[in-house]
Amino acid sequence: MSIETKVDSLPGDPFRGERAREIQAAILRVLIPILAALVIGGLILLILGKNPLEYYGYVLRRGLLTWGGLQETFTRMAPLLLISAGLIVAFRAGIWNLGCDGQFLLAAVISAAVGPALIDVLPRGITLVACMVVSVLVAALWSLIPAILKSRYGINEIITSLMMSFLGISFANVLVKLFFADPGTTVPQTRDLAVVDRLPRLFDTTIHAGLLIALAVVILVHLMMTRTAFGLKLQVVGANPAAAIHAGLNVGWLTILTFAISAGLIGLGGSIEILGVWGNVRADWNPAFGLLVVPLVFLARFNGYAVIGFTLFFSALMIGGDSAARRVGVPSDFVLVLVALVLIFLAVVEYLDHLRRKRTTA
Amino acid sequence: MSEIEPPAMSSGISHAAPPVVAVRQVTKRFPGVLANDRISLEFRAGEVHVLLGENGAGKSTLIGILAGMQQPDEGEVLVDGRAVTIGSPRESLEYGIGTVFQHVLLVPSLSVIENLMLGGNWWQRLSRGPALARFRELSALLGVTIDPDAEVGRLSLGEQQQVEIMRALWRGEKVLILDEPTSMLTPQGVHDLGQVMRRLRDKGVALILITHKLMEAYEFGDRISVLRLGRVVGDIPPERLRSMSEAETTEAVIEMMFGSTAEHARDAETLVGRGRPVHRDRTVDRSAPPLLAVRDLETEATRGECPLRHVSFDLWPGEVLGIAGVDGNGQKHLAEVLAGQRAVAAGRIDLAGMDVTDDGVPARRRHGVRYVTDERLGEGTVGIFSVATNLVLKEIGTEPLWRRGWSDWGRIHEHARDQIERNDIRTPSEKTPVARLSGGNIQKVLLARELNTDARVAVFNKPTYGLDLQNTRIAHERIVTSADRGVAVVVVSTDLDELIQVSDRIGVMFQGRLAGIVENGPDVERRVGLLMTGAEAA
Repeated sequence: MSIETKVDSLPGDPFRGERAREIQAAILRVLIPILAALVIGGLILLILGKNPLEYYGYVLRRGLLTWGGLQETFTRMAPLLLISAGLIVAFRAGIWNLGCDGQFLLAAVISAAVGPALIDVLPRGITLVACMVVSVLVAALWSLIPAILKSRYGINEIITSLMMSFLGISFANVLVKLFFADPGTTVPQTRDLAVVDRLPRLFDTTIHAGLLIALAVVILVHLMMTRTAFGLKLQVVGANPAAAIHAGLNVGWLTILTFAISAGLIGLGGSIEILGVWGNVRADWNPAFGLLVVPLVFLARFNGYAVIGFTLFFSALMIGGDSAARRVGVPSDFVLVLVALVLIFLAVVEYLDHLRRKRTTA
Repeated sequence: MSEIEPPAMSSGISHAAPPVVAVRQVTKRFPGVLANDRISLEFRAGEVHVLLGENGAGKSTLIGILAGMQQPDEGEVLVDGRAVTIGSPRESLEYGIGTVFQHVLLVPSLSVIENLMLGGNWWQRLSRGPALARFRELSALLGVTIDPDAEVGRLSLGEQQQVEIMRALWRGEKVLILDEPTSMLTPQGVHDLGQVMRRLRDKGVALILITHKLMEAYEFGDRISVLRLGRVVGDIPPERLRSMSEAETTEAVIEMMFGSTAEHARDAETLVGRGRPVHRDRTVDRSAPPLLAVRDLETEATRGECPLRHVSFDLWPGEVLGIAGVDGNGQKHLAEVLAGQRAVAAGRIDLAGMDVTDDGVPARRRHGVRYVTDERLGEGTVGIFSVATNLVLKEIGTEPLWRRGWSDWGRIHEHARDQIERNDIRTPSEKTPVARLSGGNIQKVLLARELNTDARVAVFNKPTYGLDLQNTRIAHERIVTSADRGVAVVVVSTDLDELIQVSDRIGVMFQGRLAGIVENGPDVERRVGLLMTGAEAA
């Protein structure tokens, strides 16, 4: 009985073609949801009787095309980038640190309390660095409870870190109202750090040096995760905890460390937002950047360079969306509608892509 | 031998019972592979129909089609004589076809009884009472004792498979497909499974048994069909099989599978499970102090696991100690404790006279302890990571591939290319995610990683589980060459034939204790078998 060979020969260099196709697919996976969200968002505006082109035009002009708007956009990027950096470390290590808002706010309040207190006795540079260091430590400390609960008892960190976030936000308010309130005003807020004592501005712009810190941190985090043994260990823990134990990694210790680094970087974000932009914290102030950044980090697939692009896009949308909403006459929260649409379409595209892969590899 | 009947002619006329399930001219293509090429087979009630063939012969694809996982490109599937489309695993179950796959498909975080209740309709309440009744019925039928509330992830592979069989039979028993069911069982377990199969057959169930072990085919099968490269290349109907001796069957099947007996003698040997002992020509010098001394080792276990109880043994350089036993009698704990990835509750481990009891994996590895795990994708590798990364998974951060903590990816990839070539790992590139490789090649990655440097003690856990003939042989050779180089080797396996082939001594685990250690030699099968049941103390 003769048996023919049924195996087709493979094309010459399958790897390069595959890689190009993967990159192309990755770009499409991001662009399609954004475009679809803009189209559907436009339709919603039409239904509301507004001109979508006018709205998007304002967003673009105010967020990117005017000098003032662009500066605001860049300034807004700084805290978002630092939160992203913190989340990349955690998510790549398979740890869902959703306590970012609490960590961010607590660190911000600490900076707002320490800064004005130290500036009278210490030079500006040392004061600023001290604020950042203390804020980072406090945020890292705040993450210790979910970290230890996870590493020692295996308790799901999504729940605990989220709970600690609510506690952190409330605690930050308590600190502002009870301990660090400026006696000179009737509004409950911390003492003000004078503009001259804040983070230096870049050249003649309103952009503060925190942006440079943030960019450097994101790039360093990216390099740490992709080029160092420590980053690789974290990724092993994230991708397959059983393999990490098998390879002899100290999973408990790495979990605590990951949480501390992640929260510390998010805390640094809170610190520079105060030291660069606000100078004080008012009671009940909570920009809630954290949970907005989570989807960005997913969109970027935990890639530090991609996160920079997405943060720019998102900042422009936030800054531009604010004034566009006022001019066109829709609520300023319409930006959140657009973000939500991006997320929905992202999930849809991801699902379709998954189906396609399943069909081709089954 | 010349009278082997072609499949198309033998089917349909040779047996009185009508086929319950049949496939006709079924063809299935995958990119680059013709997995099933015009396959026609009939499966009858009250018959154990063995599908025999090498890995890649198309058995799994055919099963996938019957189980509703895949659709044939051409041809048709008939149930009770009617052509049907089995669009999903659920439909397959509704036609009364239950399948036990080679890989466990249970939810590890749910209990046994919860897993079994999963198949119910979503609008119905889960009722524990009837489920437990059915569970006891099937437990009695299979003759197994499993805690219905144990978490499945904590059961041994063998026990998980028993749960799988229950799930396949849960909704009735018309057709039961078993894909390589004995690969995880002991001789006793295989024997028990044989009895279960016979009982089911006598109750009128059509059984389809997929295997690559000829002995099993002969022992359990009423009818044997041989597949090769997607085709049915031969068929031995019941009346002929009954009249043949085991040797005659062996020869006939080898003839069908390989064309000529001489040409593929070694494949045939592995297939029959009767390979010459590969390791027997050397004696171990036990006058020197042992390299590894284990004393009164105990571990703690969570529910469903079997902890170690007072395990003691010595192991000399160049010696292979086989660890036999029914799956789930503490073998996994023993392997993990030796590797350093499980804490010792009591007792001590000495390596070359040095106390290593409290050393973790990295320290043991520095002392030359290597562990080839049975969970190749579960813990042995990170599936989404490249072959290159997985080859150095246990050395992250050490010189020279890392310098001051910075990864030297150029060297890591170079190291990988070197290992790939030396160990004949078939992969498109060193950057390919390891999960895309076949089981045999993933095992080669593990063997390369664990045995590449100064190994002194090597622990192999089920080293050939799920591998094809060629890779089984490679794994056996690696075990033996390690021992020849002076490595002290522990091989944990539930395949006694394998242990007899490679071991100097065979220890038997029973309920967490080392029930006894016997010298490999004549009569070893019987003595090990006795120890396995706990009948004899040392």
